Amino acid sequence: MSTIELSPAASRSGEFHHPVVNDFSIQVATINGSGSQTANSVLMRAIFQMGVPVSGKNMFPSNIQGLPTWFTIRASKHGYIGRKKEVDFLVAMNPETAREDVMKLDSGAAVVYDEPLKLDSLRSDLYFYPVPFDKLVGPVCPEAKLRKLVRNMIYDGIVAQLLSIDMEEIHKALLKQFGKKKAKAAELNWGACQAGYDFAVKNFTKNDPYRIERMNATTGKIIIEGNSAAALGCVFAGVTVVTWYPITPSSSLVEAMIGYLKRFRIDPETGKATFAVVQAEDELSAIGMVLGAGWAGARSVTSTAGPGISLMSEFVGLGYYAEIPGVIFDVQRVGPSTGLPTRTAQGDIISTALLSHGDTRHPMLFPRSPEECFSMAVEAFDLAEHFQTPVFVMIDLDLGMNNWMADPFEYPTKPIQRGKVLTAEDLERLGGFARYKDVDGDGIGYRTLPGTNHPHGAYFTRGSGHNEKAQYTEREDDYVNNLDRLSRKFETMRTHVPAPVIDYKPKAQVGLIAFGTSHYPVEESRDQLRSEYGIETSYLRLKAYPFNKELSEFIRRHQRVYVVEQNRDAQMLGLMRLECTAEEIARLRSMRYYGGLPLDARTVTDDIAGQEGK
Amino acid sequence: MSTTVTQPPKKVNRLGLEVLSYKGAKTTLCAGCGHNAISERVIECFYELGVQPWNVAKFSGIGCSSKSPAYFLGLSHGFNGVHGRMPSVATGAMLANRTLLGIGVTGDGDTASIGMGQFMHLLRRNLPFIYIIEDNGVYGLTKGQFSATADLGSKLKTGVINDLPPFDCCALALRCGATFVARSFSGDKRQLQTILKTAIVHNGLSVIDVISPCTTFNDHEGSTKSYSYMKEHDEILNELDFVPFYDDISVEIAEGEVQEVELHDGSKLRIKKLGRDYNPSDKFDALKAMEEAAKKGEVLTGVFYVETHKPNFMELLNLEDVPLATLPESKVRPPREVLDQVMEELR
Repeated sequence: MSTIELSPAASRSGEFHHPVVNDFSIQVATINGSGSQTANSVLMRAIFQMGVPVSGKNMFPSNIQGLPTWFTIRASKHGYIGRKKEVDFLVAMNPETAREDVMKLDSGAAVVYDEPLKLDSLRSDLYFYPVPFDKLVGPVCPEAKLRKLVRNMIYDGIVAQLLSIDMEEIHKALLKQFGKKKAKAAELNWGACQAGYDFAVKNFTKNDPYRIERMNATTGKIIIEGNSAAALGCVFAGVTVVTWYPITPSSSLVEAMIGYLKRFRIDPETGKATFAVVQAEDELSAIGMVLGAGWAGARSVTSTAGPGISLMSEFVGLGYYAEIPGVIFDVQRVGPSTGLPTRTAQGDIISTALLSHGDTRHPMLFPRSPEECFSMAVEAFDLAEHFQTPVFVMIDLDLGMNNWMADPFEYPTKPIQRGKVLTAEDLERLGGFARYKDVDGDGIGYRTLPGTNHPHGAYFTRGSGHNEKAQYTEREDDYVNNLDRLSRKFETMRTHVPAPVIDYKPKAQVGLIAFGTSHYPVEESRDQLRSEYGIETSYLRLKAYPFNKELSEFIRRHQRVYVVEQNRDAQMLGLMRLECTAEEIARLRSMRYYGGLPLDARTVTDDIAGQEGK
Repeated sequence: MSTTVTQPPKKVNRLGLEVLSYKGAKTTLCAGCGHNAISERVIECFYELGVQPWNVAKFSGIGCSSKSPAYFLGLSHGFNGVHGRMPSVATGAMLANRTLLGIGVTGDGDTASIGMGQFMHLLRRNLPFIYIIEDNGVYGLTKGQFSATADLGSKLKTGVINDLPPFDCCALALRCGATFVARSFSGDKRQLQTILKTAIVHNGLSVIDVISPCTTFNDHEGSTKSYSYMKEHDEILNELDFVPFYDDISVEIAEGEVQEVELHDGSKLRIKKLGRDYNPSDKFDALKAMEEAAKKGEVLTGVFYVETHKPNFMELLNLEDVPLATLPESKVRPPREVLDQVMEELR
């Protein structure tokens, strides 16, 4: 039987007396396809159930089985749920990466590892816990075929014991994970957990400082992926036509939506569907269907990632110019080209804002959390119909595919907004209409839907030049008037899209701007900048494009403003340059990260402190 | 002495609408273009069958053919989209409102080259929709390049000879799921009318390939899509007669001579065999006849295939009978309790 490796670190007396409670990260290194996702989710959920703020990040390969994958769980009593750069507690299950994983650790980290890997010989400044996983799995899993999957549950028991995670919570999380239908599988896995726990009790003396203690900071909260939250938002937004083409990391958004639609949107009276879902032949077709459906009055949506956005380019220009509502989710991943399909980025900002040829500009929403994925999905449909234009909801892989702790979603308070649509009665009263006439001065014309029961209801939609009455034209003045009206419409949007969230600090000379998931590292980095460098910062979190007037005011109130984003070319800053004055532009600085992992606070802090000359 | 001038009563259809209500804008296509004749047939057929114009939606892609929806049914909504991708726009619109009667006009470039992918997938879905290919074997709007339906060995005005084989859109339609497949010639008024009327009432996807000569770029000697070539090589597959449901005429049909197909609304398509042993509900018969005709340099026209019982796309999707587009909030936004329930599950 193994003995505990009493590493030299243990001689650094004093550390034992300063336990690190609810403020560390656990990384599990496994091989994809080995069923580790279940074990990791159970571990995360158990910590969540103990009331400790927690986040989980899956770093996985574009592969079905056999390549390295890492899952990081962060427990944070301060409520920081961005990725933590440093790994404090490693579970090394993958022989391929174990050495590198161990070598990267900071001094004082703990390592649970598969005994035959003999990792303890690599470093003398870590706490090692060897576990003979193969020996342990046999007795708890008689069926050899299942051992590869069950083996991972053993580390849940080991980790629970070492970190003082309540085994009852592990059991509860396990039952939740497997559901009532898979009670037998849950039983088998519970056996493995217990075996791990018992082994740790018998063989390990706790040396490392990390532990979980009960808190009360997760009461009432839920755990959900951003993609599922967006899917629910669409269902409650009253989506009726859904089209898609499978692509990582957006597929799970539509798959979740299909699940919810089948449960909640079959008309109980007729037994028929109040929605249509079409898996299209490609993204070109998916967006074509969205526009056709939006034109005919449906609430239509598609979901894709960068490569799909590129393919949709021509159609989106048509949607802009012919003024057709539609909602497009872009769950961003690392590009260009195939790039890193399973890694996260905020890299489609400029290409989406200006998607298509000619003068085009599109509204974008930037949710940062599952709550906002839900609420902005609802908002996106209202905006699309109000402004009769394609609206993009810019998620990213980190938000879309990872599990997040969130507050329960609020039921939409506003009735569904269908925009300026004339009915047969309206037409009877008005005697007719001009589709692209700016009647109200907001740049938004009135439209009719095909099938409107009136002889004067029809108009002809085209991507070619058209005048106010939707007639074909190549006249210079018609063309310019129409494009100028489209600009006015875009200006109107500025006051309709969600305003930024701003935190002004009276004495701050430095401002930070971020959006989407960059919010979490920035929030944490502000505390680090204050406590470590004495730099006080104000913060503006963007929620939408076009920018609102608050943006330039924020820039003008600070000497230096850092735009934090997850792409190489400072894309959001680039969009700001198109609109800001020279004086404002001179104040803008950039902080970028584009390595494919979720951005972490330490990277933000180091970069900004460096630029501040600290 | 005074005389009373009596206006002759205006001619109207069963909805009380004049033919004027079915016309569109003045055509901007070339004089003699086959597409204009097709537009005329569309106007006549929708008028004669008494289709409500504002319940029709027209779709097209890009090209000369795709301009033509502006020239018929001016009281119907129209959508002139992007090149080769009319099928997806039409599919979306028809899903949004299944009560619409959808008609799409496309060309051989729009369908058989840039739009081949969308055409194929439209076929698979059997969307209830009329898909007319105005087929002239040439790109007119870009001034005379070969399209993918140009026959092998056919010649451009400039003398260039086509050395690639053509796609036969009817054969593809037949093979990939369309439930009404026909070919006609823009110069054959009666045949085209009958085929169009059948398509209007057919409950499924109708593909009509209409040879429509381009007088400017492809109506010369050496072209196989010219008026003169069609006059010499148009081989009529079957003689057709359309009986609308409201014309309750019972006709004695000679056994074996005429096949009667009952369509969705009770209208009937009567197909008279012309000496061939040919069954329009047998795909193999159709493919064989096409192949044989092609070998002889003939252009076979008529109804190749009709299938009236295959479920269409809306039926497969189990859609509500009423348009999705106009469902009230109470039908499309689940109640608060549903959200509460989901939140509880996620705790």
